[in-house]
Amino acid sequence: MAKGRIVIDVERCKGCELCRDACPQDVLMLSDKFNNKGYRPVFLLEHDNECTGCALCAIACPDACITVYRQVPQRRLHPAQTAV
Amino acid sequence: MTALAFQRSEKKILKPIEKLVYERPHSLDENHTHYCPGCTHGIAHRLIAEVLDELGLQEKAILVAPVGCAVLAYNYFDVDGAEAAHGRAPAMATGLKRVNPDSVVFTYQGDGDLASIGIAEVIHTAVRGENITVIFINNAIYGMTGGQMAPTTIPGQVTTSSPNGRDTAQTGYPMQIAELLSGLPGTAYSVRRSLHDTRHIIQAKKAIRTAFEAQLQELGFSIVELLSSCPTNWGMTPIKALDWARDNMIPQYPLGDYKVVDELKKKRRNR
Repeated sequence: MAKGRIVIDVERCKGCELCRDACPQDVLMLSDKFNNKGYRPVFLLEHDNECTGCALCAIACPDACITVYRQVPQRRLHPAQTAV
Repeated sequence: MTALAFQRSEKKILKPIEKLVYERPHSLDENHTHYCPGCTHGIAHRLIAEVLDELGLQEKAILVAPVGCAVLAYNYFDVDGAEAAHGRAPAMATGLKRVNPDSVVFTYQGDGDLASIGIAEVIHTAVRGENITVIFINNAIYGMTGGQMAPTTIPGQVTTSSPNGRDTAQTGYPMQIAELLSGLPGTAYSVRRSLHDTRHIIQAKKAIRTAFEAQLQELGFSIVELLSSCPTNWGMTPIKALDWARDNMIPQYPLGDYKVVDELKKKRRNR
């Protein structure tokens, strides 16, 4: 499965959780800390690295504070390697 | 494959590169919005900015801001803008478009601004077939003033000025703007979309793009009605508000294309 990562503009986030609702991988969580506006911003659970870079969170975000990156392979792997 | 050939091919395997999939549209300003958390005004702003970026209209676009929650919209778009008197955004847009025919003029109006005080302006703008685009945000309530009943409030909905629910015997029925304006000959494009989930947000963006294309082709008046949420005045969490919009607003305001002129249909088929 594709791998991705998102960068969240923490100060812009209002903690509305619409991205959490939209995320099919369920890898977004609300932080315990507050940002300068007094909201709990969302953050990406990175330890499992399950984000696929599908950008549904960014499509649902009302404050346009999510930037999405996706890893794309430069070359296809040899069949002998993928079989493992 | 021999071992040597495999070693060679293995050497050529490079690390995956990181591709930018989504970033904040350039037509949006850096200012933080004043909207409540989870308000779909922000989504509508972002979709318009994305369309302006894709069509390369940032330098040509003129926004006419309404009175309502979106009264400060000119702070959030990095395009030229003007602020109209309450409900008069289509009239102001008419003047701006007539003196700047090369520019792309759009208004961004809520239901209090467009459907209540400004209904005469929008109808006559459509009747004249003015070549402007109207983005109409329908959230079934007056947001800025504290959640009073709007012309678009659905029957039975509790608001601060209808605490027992909207009584149609006393206050009439909700106003169906997309259907109403589709009956006028000057209208080129009149559709209703919703912003309650990602699939519908993507469809809404396509509709906004078509509305701007209608203006670029000088086909006439184009309007996109967007069903929207108001978590604060509906008294719900943002996610519950979107569910309420899906369950209660869409039956009252069916999504669909109410008028699409043939020129736009042809273009869609060719795409």
